[in-house]
Amino acid sequence: MFDTLTERLSGTLRGLRGRGRMRPADVDEALAEIRLALLEADVNVAVVRRFVERVRERSVGGEVTASLTPGQQVTKIVNDELIDILGTSPLNVQFASKPPTVVLLAGLQGSGKTTAAAKLAQWCKSQGRNPLLVGADLQRPAAVEQLRTLARSIDVEVWSQAGETGDRGQASDPVACAAGGLAHARHAGRDVLIVDTAGRLAVDAELMTEVARISDAVEPHYTFLVVDSMVGQDAVATAEAFHATLEVDGIILTKLDGDARGGAALSVAEVVGRPVAFASVGEKIDDFEQFHPDRMASRILGMGDVMTLIEKAERVYEQEEAEAAAQRLVEGTFTLDDFVDQLRQLRKMGNLQSIVSMMPGVSDQVRNAEIDDDRITTAEAIVLSMTPAERVSPEIIDASRRARIAAGSGTSSAQVSNLLKQFTQMRKMMGGMMGLGSKRRPAGRKAARKRGKSAGGGSRTGGGGRATPKGASRAGKPSVADIDWDALDLKLPGR
Amino acid sequence: MRAPTPATFSSGLASSRRTLRERLASINRRQPDETAWESLEEALLGADVGVATTMATLERLRSTAADQDIIDADELVQALADQMRAALDADRTLHATAPDREGATPVWLFVGVNGVGKTTTIGKVGARLSTDGQLVVMAAADTFRAAAASQLQTWADRCGAELISGSSGADPSSVVHDAVSAAAARGADVVLADTAGRLQNRKNLMDELAKVRRVADREPGAVAETLLVIDATTGQNGLSQARAFAEATDVTGVVLTKLDGSAKGGIVFAIEAELGLPVKLVGLGEGPDDLVDFDADSYVDALLGVDAG
Repeated sequence: MFDTLTERLSGTLRGLRGRGRMRPADVDEALAEIRLALLEADVNVAVVRRFVERVRERSVGGEVTASLTPGQQVTKIVNDELIDILGTSPLNVQFASKPPTVVLLAGLQGSGKTTAAAKLAQWCKSQGRNPLLVGADLQRPAAVEQLRTLARSIDVEVWSQAGETGDRGQASDPVACAAGGLAHARHAGRDVLIVDTAGRLAVDAELMTEVARISDAVEPHYTFLVVDSMVGQDAVATAEAFHATLEVDGIILTKLDGDARGGAALSVAEVVGRPVAFASVGEKIDDFEQFHPDRMASRILGMGDVMTLIEKAERVYEQEEAEAAAQRLVEGTFTLDDFVDQLRQLRKMGNLQSIVSMMPGVSDQVRNAEIDDDRITTAEAIVLSMTPAERVSPEIIDASRRARIAAGSGTSSAQVSNLLKQFTQMRKMMGGMMGLGSKRRPAGRKAARKRGKSAGGGSRTGGGGRATPKGASRAGKPSVADIDWDALDLKLPGR
Repeated sequence: MRAPTPATFSSGLASSRRTLRERLASINRRQPDETAWESLEEALLGADVGVATTMATLERLRSTAADQDIIDADELVQALADQMRAALDADRTLHATAPDREGATPVWLFVGVNGVGKTTTIGKVGARLSTDGQLVVMAAADTFRAAAASQLQTWADRCGAELISGSSGADPSSVVHDAVSAAAARGADVVLADTAGRLQNRKNLMDELAKVRRVADREPGAVAETLLVIDATTGQNGLSQARAFAEATDVTGVVLTKLDGSAKGGIVFAIEAELGLPVKLVGLGEGPDDLVDFDADSYVDALLGVDAG
């Protein structure tokens, strides 16, 4: 695998340093590298060709500024162009003044429409809306049942009947089903209607006509094309066909928690001329977020999604709380209450795996290791089963207290001891570190790689390797992220 | 359901064939120059063959062209087709029984990332084997995706196979174990085991899959085929999928699905040429009969837009 585009370019353009302007020959060499990087990321060849031309126009004759190396400069132009295509700002869903806001999902088989429909419904709920899902995929066996199961878990109603009234049976006509859903949404006062449709191939004229009829029947405010981020060159042909049939308003990019670079997002956005609206980043129902074009640009170029990571960490980890905990740590008064607070902070940052995958320079071993949210829950349960006195002075915990805590948290005495041991070690270790002064290093690529290496010893067996999002905690601050999770053995008995 | 139209490899590929021939039209003239080579490169890249495999393939073609003094563009395409066919030389036999395990109940395990068509493929394989007179048992070991078992049940009913399933969230290994035991007790000819789709970078899920394979290979069962299902629209990530699944489950072959669309499925050329994993079956639609054996000649012809003989 090639290194990041920035590294490749800095090699190519090293000779440019000190010259006043970039010459066409220099730029051509850089553009060849960019072309390969984009092709490796699955951007469509035709899209790449047009893209490289535009970058050439902007680069040739451009001044080599003092603050940026030529490599950085070309990378910046590339990055800006990418963001231009992906959409300069996130698509903000405007809910209709006259409800319901109708959303239609379409796409190829297996792109993840049904899951995306449920996730979008959950997102609407988080925006204070009251959505209704329509199961209009009557093609794939059990698709409606899948939607119902997902909807049940988020307490959202699913409509999948043909008529407006009285018709109880399972629908057989997706157009009538969608129309019935719209009528029901109005009747029941639902303010968002999300229509899941059957997967279809762009070359299937009959089914493309059918989805157009569904669209005519419900007149959607938003039509989203659901695109698998692992799709390759065909993304363009598919997007063109769906856009010609449905007038796509935005894209939902799925399975972005995989290791695909996701160049398809660029191909589709270029062809359709509409932004990527949402990204699906995990198997859980709320692993779904509004899409940030700047971050995707970095991912396609292999630069790591640093912005997202930094923001996620900043948003959640309140500065003062951390400072206060650090202060108590120095004074040796860091308690199990602080410890559990930190656990919660860690979990608030969301899917731990997605956080690690955003860190640049992290070794594959760490990136691929499993981080188990359950372990945090278990550690939290243990601490919460302690009395306030025990949390402040864990040394008073004897065998009988330990048994009580274990019973209260549904764990074993050994697990409780283990957690206490880890806590004590952490307090000791961090106390020592704090005493050495607080020289903070920027969390640059080198530092991240180093951390990746040191944490990379996860074992193949025994419930996943050890990989904690160390980059998420600032150097020098106490953090539960530094705990050796494997040694903790927080698996609940019977799991 | 639309009326099932039995597909053939060529008819299913008709659409891809047209566009590729158009793409290559520019090099079908005398004296291949750099433009012609670029067109060839774009054709391979545009079919998802991938950057590394495309470069390696064209490098070899350049030395062939130099050795044989090829100056005609048509001849060049022909030489490329020959070279690619020769690279697709793996053994595509589908094994009815596991080697050296004749008495055991053979298990075909289907693995792959989410949404590639594992369940549908099992339905079609089940239909084919049932038509051949085999007694088929299906194992619904995708206990994660909502309603996956119901989807497979529909397929099992269509071809008269028995379905063994567990409750939602159950241990997939135990479902496979139950299915193998049931199949052995009934004297069934084969167990087709569905598994939950998983992204190959999820280590714990890949470990789980390795365990499913180990359990399936235990007496009274024996894994005869582990088939990796790859969606024809997949880009370069397909190679990463193939590597990871092969490492976790000892993949014996690839099923290329959804080749009836506009995608060319070029990534399986890279997978077979680079990793030696043979493509065994091709899915060309949603009907029970839309599954055919992979044919390297037709595949390469379609990929390059040249006429089959």
